[in-house]
Amino acid sequence: MVFVAGLLTVGWAGPAFAQQAGDDSSCAADKLVTEPGSMAEAVAFYVVGGAAALAALGCVFSVSIVRMAMCLFGTLGCVAILYFLMAASFLGAIQLIVYVGGTLVVIIFGIMLTSTSPWVRYLPRRIEVVAGAVVCLTLFGALAAVLANTDWGPAWPGVEGFTVGQIGEALLTTYLVPFELASVLLLAAMVGAAYLARAERRGGDK
Amino acid sequence: MAELTAQQVIASPWTPELRRRGVRLLWLWAGLLAAVGLLCCGGLVARGRGGDPVLMCLLVVGPLAMAGAAMCCVAIIRHHRVVARILLKMGLPIFVGAVAGAVVLVWACSLLLDFVENMVAGQDSAATALRTAYGGELTVAQIQSYLLSDQQRAAGVAGAGGRWATAAYPLWPLQFGLVRDLLLAFGVLAFVAITGAFGIWWERKVAGRIQSRLGPMRVGGWHGWAQGIADGLKLIQKEDVYLAQADRPTYKLAPYLVFVPVLVGFMPLPFGSGWVFRDLDVALIFVLAMVGIDVIGVILGGWASHNKWSLLGAMREACQMVSYEIPMGMSLLVPVMTVGTLKLTEFAAVQSGGFHTWLAFSHPFALVAAVIYFIASLASCKRAPFDLPEAESELVGGFHTEYSGFRWAVFFFGEYAAMFVVSGLAVILFFGAWHSGLPVGWGAGLREGPLWQQALYGLLFSGPLWFIAKAYALLYVQLWLRWTLPRIRIDQVMYACIQVLLPLAMLVLLGSTLWGLLVPPGGWLALAANVLCTVAGATLVIGFIVIAAYGFINRRRLVGTLVVDHLPGS
Repeated sequence: MVFVAGLLTVGWAGPAFAQQAGDDSSCAADKLVTEPGSMAEAVAFYVVGGAAALAALGCVFSVSIVRMAMCLFGTLGCVAILYFLMAASFLGAIQLIVYVGGTLVVIIFGIMLTSTSPWVRYLPRRIEVVAGAVVCLTLFGALAAVLANTDWGPAWPGVEGFTVGQIGEALLTTYLVPFELASVLLLAAMVGAAYLARAERRGGDK
Repeated sequence: MAELTAQQVIASPWTPELRRRGVRLLWLWAGLLAAVGLLCCGGLVARGRGGDPVLMCLLVVGPLAMAGAAMCCVAIIRHHRVVARILLKMGLPIFVGAVAGAVVLVWACSLLLDFVENMVAGQDSAATALRTAYGGELTVAQIQSYLLSDQQRAAGVAGAGGRWATAAYPLWPLQFGLVRDLLLAFGVLAFVAITGAFGIWWERKVAGRIQSRLGPMRVGGWHGWAQGIADGLKLIQKEDVYLAQADRPTYKLAPYLVFVPVLVGFMPLPFGSGWVFRDLDVALIFVLAMVGIDVIGVILGGWASHNKWSLLGAMREACQMVSYEIPMGMSLLVPVMTVGTLKLTEFAAVQSGGFHTWLAFSHPFALVAAVIYFIASLASCKRAPFDLPEAESELVGGFHTEYSGFRWAVFFFGEYAAMFVVSGLAVILFFGAWHSGLPVGWGAGLREGPLWQQALYGLLFSGPLWFIAKAYALLYVQLWLRWTLPRIRIDQVMYACIQVLLPLAMLVLLGSTLWGLLVPPGGWLALAANVLCTVAGATLVIGFIVIAAYGFINRRRLVGTLVVDHLPGS
């Protein structure tokens, strides 16, 4: 069931089934296959977005730490499906690799290695629940007001051919400085991780 | 509860009385079906629709064939001992026939789907760029007029009068992309199941032969070929056992978190030049992302089992899989740089000129990248020598210790499916995609010819069978390595990844970048490197075949003094 649903959703958002001969591979970009504004697209968006919201609520309200990780997996996966629905398949695939395959795994590693036991239950006190609810509802109200009163412009036009090659070119020409800054940041993170791992060992040996 | 005597337990339920009742029931069925078939035949001829192939098949040939089958069953029941002996002797023809039948069936389905695609594309008048892939506007009448032959159309015959008019009814739902996608998804699922069942049998035979024994020999006759199917049936009907302390939802979810991403990874994997479920623009990183999601399922499976050995296995596996994703991705960038796209179907065009144009043989860095990718993919599939997560000698079963029955089968199918996916990626990116070693240009005339010529083209030059054969060859190398090499410790695994494969992958990436920038494509250096790598690759392939042939010729000697002549498959 899950397999079929996932296949259909991603297939829905992906390009149409490739023809055998005469495949116009110069137009290699993703074609939108639900008309923007159609009923089908609305249904898909609300279903997937609703699932993401439900998973996020589950992550916040669950008491077992591994259930939280699973709900986070659901949220990140649904966001990836939303990216696919918008024909941004590169972004969707990167979301899956980086967030689900990377960040979530690191979070689960952290859970397994640092918590006293993975089977501990986190039960918040009542005052924490009330304070959290107040802050979250205020934030939600503010965001909803801002989003509702923003002029988003016309409903999006058809997406032109936007290939991965063009993204790469843009990253290396127009957006070169942010790209290099991001790589320097990652380098700093890796050096810090190596230092932290090594320092423990030296402290243990000497 | 009534006590069962030993006699009641041992006695077979297949008593003569039961056989007689079965025979009587089958005669009744045969009689009814034959009567229905003959009546329909008479009715159709009386109404003048005797020439309608679809109705004749459905209402006449179908019931008559089922009546014939019922009478064959009667004959089998009457003489079951003789039939059983014959079936066991005919194990090999049955196996080969099943495989050939499956291939023909898949080919026929693909031809039908092509026909439907042409019909939809030809008739659809709304040629907007934002065409919905799941809507459909053809009515049954339009399909019927499409199915008319040219003569009838010229003569102005109405659509409903054509010979194939009733075939429009089953064709009508096929015009919707959703229905076609469901069929294709079902086909992919069937292929994965067959790969799993075949993989079980092949692994046990390979293990047996490497260990100087025979492996399964009885189930199905010839060399126990039905062992995988029998194992599957056994696992499905097992009792659903789980720990009381296991976290129920996570415990039930974990096998599917391992299996489903790999199945979704089959989606952009092309088997041939039109044989892809969705030709994604980012197919390569999509497949890598799906293989990376496997990690979560394994960790959750180990945690949910409430068992420290499972947890240990899960943590080791997470370390290993996540670390080996890096050399895997880096080595895959080498062919991507040569071809310049992430779309998996475009790698075939570059490699269609023959064995020497395969991307692994273009320069030495590509050859080393292919080897690095293969080793890294072994680690990401948890196959030996990296099979610590399921180390049978240490951790019982590792992360799947507490899983039995169908849940274990799901883990297992996920592993075999992942092995096929990573082998398939290696074939597409490095080893010629779905082309045989012959240059495709030699067979260009065959591709446009009639059906039998297209079949010949598919068998000789380029086709999905070649892709499957090459992927299975790489799968065989994975099986071979499992039973040859010893398992390595987790610190050795991490050492191999971070201190050996990762620097090597970086060097290879740098080298192939410089090669692409500095070496002129037609010059003497490129040619010399191509020749060198092709010779190396050809030597490996020919050496493999020679060694396999030697082993096959001397197969009885290799098994030692084991007497084999009395076994059913020998």
